[in-house]
Amino acid sequence: MNPTNYLYLSALLFSIGAVGVIVRRNAIVVFMCIELMLNAANLAFVTFARMNGNLEGQVIAFFTMVVAACEVVVGLAIIVSIYRSRRSASVDDASLLSR
Amino acid sequence: MTLTIIGALPLFGALLIALLGNSQKENIKKLALLTTALTFAATVVAALNFEIDRPGFQFVEKYSWIPPLGVNFQVGVDGISLILILLSTILVPVVILAGWNESEGGRFSVKTFYILMLVLETMMIGVFAATDVFLFYIFFEAMLVPVYFLIGGYGSGARQAAAVKFLLYSLFGGLLMLASIIGLYVISSNQIGRTFDIEALQTLKIDSLTENLLFLGFFIAFAIKAPLWPLHTWLPDAAKSATPGTSILLLGVLDKVGTFGMIRYGVELFPNASKTFTPLIITLAVISIIYGAILAIGQKDIESLIAFTSISHFGFITMGIFAMTTHGNSGATLYMLNHGFSTAALFMTAGWMISRRGSSTIADFGGLQRVTPILAWSFFIAGLSSLALPGLSSFVSEFLVLVGTYTRYPVAAIIGTIGIILAALYILIPVQKALHGPTTPGNENLPDLNKREIIAIAPIIALIIGLGFYPKPALDVINPAAKATITKAGFTDPAPVVKGGDK
Amino acid sequence: MTSSNLVYFVALPLFSSALLMLLGRKADKWGHVFATLVSASTFFIGVFEFLAMRDRAVEMRAVTQKLFTWISVGDFQVDAALLLDQLSISFVLLITGVGTLIHVYSITYMSHDRDRRRFFAYLNFFIASMLLLVLGDSYLNLYVGWEGVGLASYLLIGFWNQKPEYATAAKKAFVMNRVGDFGLSIAIMIAFATFGSVSFAGIEEKVGGASETALTAMGLMLLLAATGKSAQFPLQAWLGDAMAGPTPVSALIHAATMVTAGVYLITRSNFVFDAAPNAQLAVVIIGVITLLFGAIIGTAKDDIKKALAASTMSQIGYMILATGFGPAGYAFAIMHLLTHGFFKAGMFLGAGSVMHGMSDEVNMRRYGGLAKFMPITTITFGLGYLAIIGVPPFAGYYSKDKIIETAFNAGGLQGIIFGGAALLGAIITAFYMTRVMLLTFFGNKRWADDAHPHESPFLMWAPMAVLAVGSVASGYLLYSGKAFVTWLAPVVDKHKHEHVEFLPPIVVSILAVTAVVIGVSIALLKYRGEQASEAPSDVNIFTRAARRDLLQDDANEFMFMRPGQKLTSALLATDEKVIDGTVRGVGATMLGSARGMRKLQSGYVRNYALLILIGALLILGTIWVVTL
Repeated sequence: MNPTNYLYLSALLFSIGAVGVIVRRNAIVVFMCIELMLNAANLAFVTFARMNGNLEGQVIAFFTMVVAACEVVVGLAIIVSIYRSRRSASVDDASLLSR
Repeated sequence: MTLTIIGALPLFGALLIALLGNSQKENIKKLALLTTALTFAATVVAALNFEIDRPGFQFVEKYSWIPPLGVNFQVGVDGISLILILLSTILVPVVILAGWNESEGGRFSVKTFYILMLVLETMMIGVFAATDVFLFYIFFEAMLVPVYFLIGGYGSGARQAAAVKFLLYSLFGGLLMLASIIGLYVISSNQIGRTFDIEALQTLKIDSLTENLLFLGFFIAFAIKAPLWPLHTWLPDAAKSATPGTSILLLGVLDKVGTFGMIRYGVELFPNASKTFTPLIITLAVISIIYGAILAIGQKDIESLIAFTSISHFGFITMGIFAMTTHGNSGATLYMLNHGFSTAALFMTAGWMISRRGSSTIADFGGLQRVTPILAWSFFIAGLSSLALPGLSSFVSEFLVLVGTYTRYPVAAIIGTIGIILAALYILIPVQKALHGPTTPGNENLPDLNKREIIAIAPIIALIIGLGFYPKPALDVINPAAKATITKAGFTDPAPVVKGGDK
Repeated sequence: MTSSNLVYFVALPLFSSALLMLLGRKADKWGHVFATLVSASTFFIGVFEFLAMRDRAVEMRAVTQKLFTWISVGDFQVDAALLLDQLSISFVLLITGVGTLIHVYSITYMSHDRDRRRFFAYLNFFIASMLLLVLGDSYLNLYVGWEGVGLASYLLIGFWNQKPEYATAAKKAFVMNRVGDFGLSIAIMIAFATFGSVSFAGIEEKVGGASETALTAMGLMLLLAATGKSAQFPLQAWLGDAMAGPTPVSALIHAATMVTAGVYLITRSNFVFDAAPNAQLAVVIIGVITLLFGAIIGTAKDDIKKALAASTMSQIGYMILATGFGPAGYAFAIMHLLTHGFFKAGMFLGAGSVMHGMSDEVNMRRYGGLAKFMPITTITFGLGYLAIIGVPPFAGYYSKDKIIETAFNAGGLQGIIFGGAALLGAIITAFYMTRVMLLTFFGNKRWADDAHPHESPFLMWAPMAVLAVGSVASGYLLYSGKAFVTWLAPVVDKHKHEHVEFLPPIVVSILAVTAVVIGVSIALLKYRGEQASEAPSDVNIFTRAARRDLLQDDANEFMFMRPGQKLTSALLATDEKVIDGTVRGVGATMLGSARGMRKLQSGYVRNYALLILIGALLILGTIWVVTL
């Protein structure tokens, strides 16, 4: 098979995610963009697994998903608790440590 | 076990003090005094068992510490380090007794002060006793910590800034030294296997460029410690800001680590590099002598004045070490001892003057000889010792240094001798301003020394006079070690021009 | 030969001094008596040793005593050892004899001072140091005494140091002496580097093998030391100010004993100077300059003590001059030193007695006609006066006459110049001493009405009387039958030099006496009817210069003090701005760059993410470029 198109898609998704992380302020959106980047990576892994005909890439994709799930749990918990205390989901407002 | 016991005694005392309550101030002080006095007694007993004629290190102990790196806990003393350990252990109890109340009113508690003091004493003993370069380095750097807190926590004026300046200067030097130690280690693991044993390291064959670089790493660290021009600017600030007791230990003992290191880790370890750099170092030493003296003359603050006189004296010591003659080297070591005593006496008396008057500006005193004769005489005798009056201890060492230097570097010795004229000025000017003249208003009722203070200063003055007339006990201990140093460096004393009695 | 008595010379007064200092006020009642007894006991030991020495054969006369090994490092071996030979015994007798008399004198003179005990402790300390100076068997032992007397002099000049100018005078004396000590230190270093020894015997034994350069250098450095201690040109400026000390001190230290230590040093180092003609010439020149310099200052001083001090400077110039002529002159230098010790100490005590009677007035223009009120002082002072100007047969005649003769005997142009200068000095000496005599004891009374001049008590005039006897008799006793020259020859003239005579002695004597007559006549003409109690102000520039000590202080101030102060303040600024500035500069640079770097750490996650992205892209880009 020709992996080119899959990889283009993966790169595109990754870039959208990266730009989103950098430019957006809403914590939820930033979070979704990180998920997008993780999934772009997963796509690339699966593509290469398919191309090479072994399972290692797919295993890593699963592994990533597990990690991502854990991350969602912790991350969302943080975001919610920040939102509760500050009534804002903007990442810029949560910059107490820089002062 | 002798050295370990001596070194551990103050640490043990510090532990006991840590168990006492913060409010038991008098008990803490008494316990600290008792511990340090015991340590001194133990050192004296050890010194009496020291065999003068035996070459090499004595009371050697060696325990494996970090085997993969070849690091040992290894201690031992020769004449030079024994003298310096004696100096350290006598000064600490004297300092505690003299500055009975200087621990109060600091940022930390009285308890902390004495714990720091005792820990510092352990470090000082360790740094002189270590015969493993790695162990030496550990003590060398660890020593900074208690001193940092002693200056920054209990001093006066800009104590924080002075403490930080002291720490940064010393750390910078320590870092260069660490680089050199690693370099030495690499060479030793290639040639004789991994070791930091100082006697083994002396047998290394190092190519000259590497040797020069390694030497410089050590030397700069030591030149900062025993402040040599132009690396001296931390000393006046530190001495001025620290309590008099801390200043005594700082100038009397800690700075000696620098000159001691120049002998043990400079001349003995890198004889060829020492030879290469001798002209430069002698020049710096001569500059220090004159520069320190002139700046001392210009000081208005009594504590910075003493600090600058010390820079001049350290110039003498360095000159004596690098003159590479037995007279110069013995004189330099004896000078370290005598400078310890005279500076201690000066700082003690200056400290008492300051605590009585509440000012360290020389001009605020005047006519003290009438008001407080014992204090005035103590200061005067200490000053005379500092200007190396014959009959007092410093004269013997200063003259040995000058004679030893003259036989090899006559010009340096002659310029250095100008220092004795300047010394008369920098001592007699404060003597005139503070002790002579009409009594300054406000000073009429200053109390003279009390019993405790007299007991603190008396042994120091007795030593100053005693060693002036009879320096033999000290010289007997120093001479073989100094001779060994010169032999290791590959020098022999220049013979007199006129050989026999060819009349 | 060895003796075990020598140590007491130093130990007794040192012990007494320490005792009086340590006991403090407890010893106030008996301290002065104790110190005087101790001083007297050293004198008796001295007499005993002298008699014993006289009874021994000439080559057995010197005795030594080794006390202990003082410094021993490698081949640098110095014993604490004492040497008593014909030269040192002369000094010992002078020091302890005059010293004891002055102790006795001071009991009364200082009786009203609250610190009389301390004064006697200092005096004893001085005696101990001075004896160590003349008894030390090596330059280093001598050095200990040398600085010891310097310290004693410092303490005694500044005895009343609550007056700031007295404290300054003390400091000045010590510092200028230190300049001399610089010379002594270097001389000892040269000695050790050249001979490997610092003892007199050790150096003398090897002196033949040394180069003349080394010996000349050593000689010049010893001369520098001597100029400091003996107030010779160019280190003479401290002596006049040293008169701030109590008058007995001026008599003992700054006239009879300590200031002559330079003469002792040169005489003791005769083996060095005899082999270094250039150094000897320098000695002679310094002597000539100082003897004229001091004499000229002496003509213009109105303060009786300062006039006497200038005279001391000038007389020591004579001694130094004599030592410069080598074996021909040493004995006469020491002879003049001894006679000078008598008459000058006597005159200083006389001056003290006058001050005692005149409520501490020192200005001679406020005296006048005191002979009526103080007959004993006038007689004793007068005998000293006759001795110093060199009227035969008083002491000064024999000793000074011989020095002038020696100067002429140097031969040739040098002999005429030096001899002529010495003669000129004799004229001026006669002039200024006659002036002192006339202004103080004769002529009209010029003192204030509230002054009540009276003769001093017995304990004060008795020592003066003893010294006056010395002023009369000592010269002839030392001179007759060449007694002293023969006595000293084994020390200073071992090789029995031929002494050439340029002028016959009788001619020199006539010249010298003529000089005295000239000097006295001029002074008589000028000061016989002095009326004014203020010094005239319309005087020529030379008198003004002489009153300002021939600008010695101005010169020192211009050449050393001002540049020194400038250097000090310049270096202070350098240390603060340049050296410490560099250090602080390094610190400031670090802080500044840290402040810059801190801006990158904004605390916004997306900034960090952007940086990570840029970094990742850079790495990828690099790999891409490299693999291309």
